[in-house]
Amino acid sequence: MTEEHHEELGWWRKYIFSLDHKVIGLQYGLTALSFLLLGFMLMILMRWQLAYPGEVIPWLTFVLIFIFIGFTIIYLAGKNRPYLALNSFIFFGIAGLIWYFTTGEERLPGGIMLPEFYNQLGAMHGTIMVFLGVVPLAVGAFGNYILPLQIGAPDMAFPRLNMASYWVYFIGGVLMIISFFLPGGAAQSGWTSYSPLADINTGQTMWLIAMLFLIMSSLLGAINFIVTTVQLRAEGMTWFRLPFFVWTQLITAFLLLLAFPSLQIGAIMQLLDRIAGASFFIPAGIIQGGKVLEYAGGGNPLLWQHLFWFLAHPEVYVLILPAIGIITEVITNNSRKPLWGYPAMVYSLFIVGFLSFVVYAHHMFITGMGTAVATWFQTTTMIISIPSVVFLAVLVFTLWGGSIRFTTPMLFALAWIPMFGIGGLTGLPLGLAPPDIHLHDTYYVIGHFHYIVAPGSIIAFFAGLYYWFPKICGHKLNDTLGKIHFWGTLIGMNLVFAPMLVQGMAGMSRRLYDGGMEYDHVQPVMFLNEWMTWGSWMIGIFQIFFILNMVLTLRKKSPTEDNPWEATTLEWATSSPPLAHGNFETEPVVYRPPYEYNVPVNGHIEPYLPQHKKVEMRD
Amino acid sequence: MDISVSNPLLVMSDPHNNLASNKNLHYVLIGALLLVLTVVTVWTSTFSFSIGVSVGIALIIATVKGSLVASYFMHLITENKLILIILFFTVIFFIALIFLPLSDTMNTVGSPNVY
Amino acid sequence: MEIPFTINERPDTGLTNPKFGIWLFLASEVMLFGSLFTSYIILRIGSPVPPHILAWPIQSQELNVLIGAINTAILIASSVTMILSWVALKEKQFKKFKLYMGLTIVLAVLFLVVKIWLEYLPKIQHGHVMSTNNFFAMYYLMTGLHALHIIGGIVVLAYFWGPGAKMWESNPEQFTNRIEVAGLYWHFVDLVWIFLFPTLYLL
Repeated sequence: MTEEHHEELGWWRKYIFSLDHKVIGLQYGLTALSFLLLGFMLMILMRWQLAYPGEVIPWLTFVLIFIFIGFTIIYLAGKNRPYLALNSFIFFGIAGLIWYFTTGEERLPGGIMLPEFYNQLGAMHGTIMVFLGVVPLAVGAFGNYILPLQIGAPDMAFPRLNMASYWVYFIGGVLMIISFFLPGGAAQSGWTSYSPLADINTGQTMWLIAMLFLIMSSLLGAINFIVTTVQLRAEGMTWFRLPFFVWTQLITAFLLLLAFPSLQIGAIMQLLDRIAGASFFIPAGIIQGGKVLEYAGGGNPLLWQHLFWFLAHPEVYVLILPAIGIITEVITNNSRKPLWGYPAMVYSLFIVGFLSFVVYAHHMFITGMGTAVATWFQTTTMIISIPSVVFLAVLVFTLWGGSIRFTTPMLFALAWIPMFGIGGLTGLPLGLAPPDIHLHDTYYVIGHFHYIVAPGSIIAFFAGLYYWFPKICGHKLNDTLGKIHFWGTLIGMNLVFAPMLVQGMAGMSRRLYDGGMEYDHVQPVMFLNEWMTWGSWMIGIFQIFFILNMVLTLRKKSPTEDNPWEATTLEWATSSPPLAHGNFETEPVVYRPPYEYNVPVNGHIEPYLPQHKKVEMRD
Repeated sequence: MDISVSNPLLVMSDPHNNLASNKNLHYVLIGALLLVLTVVTVWTSTFSFSIGVSVGIALIIATVKGSLVASYFMHLITENKLILIILFFTVIFFIALIFLPLSDTMNTVGSPNVY
Repeated sequence: MEIPFTINERPDTGLTNPKFGIWLFLASEVMLFGSLFTSYIILRIGSPVPPHILAWPIQSQELNVLIGAINTAILIASSVTMILSWVALKEKQFKKFKLYMGLTIVLAVLFLVVKIWLEYLPKIQHGHVMSTNNFFAMYYLMTGLHALHIIGGIVVLAYFWGPGAKMWESNPEQFTNRIEVAGLYWHFVDLVWIFLFPTLYLL
């Protein structure tokens, strides 16, 4: 860790093929945020189509907005910050992609969307958001950057493996984008890719290959996170002194490690169905376009659903657990109180992690599942809601009696509590077979899980970004811009997702490219489609404040303070940004639990007691 | 070799060769046992038991062989507790992975639309 | 910058990073092959009874049990030589290590040769491919994925036998650890085959 040890690394080794967990974390973060933006744009196109079916999409407006943002970044970055200017390529890239969508007869002939292309957008929106956006942001970015710092480690346990998992993820992402340019376009069978439709639909082959890369990346990452957490904790960092964020990352890594292999096998089997003529998921006598397809048959389409959901239900917890960890950090820090029920949180986490493997088939009630099997999955689903409520209750009790600071990250964290509450409670009817059979194929399901992942996970990631941004560059993000961003995002998200619940209960089917124009029973709720479209525009426009905020803050020189939030956990025990090699000047030693805010010490109340600060106790 | 000297049984004889050959013999014997069990499993498969019985026999023999490999070649009997705990939960999830899909599929066995 | 506990065990967990990492990887592999066995069972019990064209054959009639048993023996033997090579390193007998590791690699290659030349190629010539029926699809998938693991193992072991063995001079302790970790993987591949053999050839 001393100065003379490390030779100066070249630009490529420093910024592109770095082994430093902080650089890899930033790479993950930047890539994942770009994919979130791309997934968001796909959704904007879909929502425009749903609100104004059959009308010309104002694609030129989108393209111009993105080009404008790109040039603004180049201008603000100036000559001295080429790395920042490089980020404008993300915006030019998305502008180019939208422009590409509007050309060509098989996508938007004359600016009017074809149903096949709508299906592509739907499948790719889900895939990009879940596998390329939220998971890499939650685990790859936040986990990579923050976890080693919070446990006082010099780096991840396997730095080369860490770099490999980023690049494998990157290749997977590039392949996903490339699939738009292939003949037949991208996958169009939904992010769940149910067989036998996905076995015979166009675009699926590249999706499967890309998924295999993404799965490989997650598996490598998961091994790294577990080994790092178990092996590289600083001296005195016992299990129950770990910050709760570390616990969530650890359980998340176990979910990835043990759940992802089933989709790996599923993806390989579906790929073999497509390219080797196997019929793992194909029953005999499938007819397409009036012709019986030449498959041996004998396959079981439900097998795919089992393999898929055995992964994808734990995957839902992969999306939300790191978010809960971030929120816990932000709420304890800003209510200036120790976490109310730390052991309860940890035990709940274990129970959620364990149960998430045995509830998965509640996604499959409408497949004609027998009542005995359905009873098992309903029961476990009801049980798993208990620890989820424990999380919420503990966070609310932590607020009680605290001296709350309404900082920007805290606003996001506070908004997260009711948003996650809505998301969780709307899930209960879906966990019981009778209401699920009515609601399953409606917008209600879309509304429910978007409340979990958009105002749930993504709001939490915003909280985390605002909270840890000073750790990354030494400056807090601007508070005014942050608050504008917060209110716009929160209202916009509710404007999009609350109407979905209403539409769903009215019986409006999901997956219809025109929103269900021909159905009488949904006419009373059709007008909500327009609201949702403008809500999604609102979300988009207010993200500009966020992007602007980040760029303006990154322009600032000379970091100000190391611990601007007066936090206690170890990531603030080093400089901001942390040292490039080894993170800490001297290896930190931990003396106490993670959230010692306003605790009595030697007869007076200490505003905050960092984990690494040694205090001589008097009686 | 300080390791071998610390073993009281081997102090008297030439420590170098003895320890190595002792350990080696141990592993070779387990390998031989695995080969014998392979022959046994092939032999039992030549009887025409009902499918349930032959699956049972084959799986029991395979499990015994697998446990031998895991316990001795992979040293699981002396392995760290943390690893054993993780493997224990892996086995539970493995069982869930086998039997949960199976329990659902058993409902539909025999209905013609499965083929 | 040195990552702690790469070579020595962490006192309170009693583990080195690579050994813990490989066990986690193997836990993941258990679920990987577990998914394969699930698929096998579901597809098999979902298949119709014998007169039907899609019925699964009696497997020992379709596959050559003798070749399968020989391959089982080859893999078991390679597992034994693998662990002997590790014991040799523990005893600081580098030449013995080279011998046993070389034998392991030879046996692994022999396994692949038998698998491909005596099993895959004749079957493909007889027109038994993945699209024939789900029994053969499952057979090729399970043995193919296992063969990929064998190939991966051969690459790693060959590296430790050849260029990687230089580490014995500079850092014998870490090299012994590496062989142990590679051995754990190799025994696991053997273990998988122990279950694949009766499942595919005998039942």
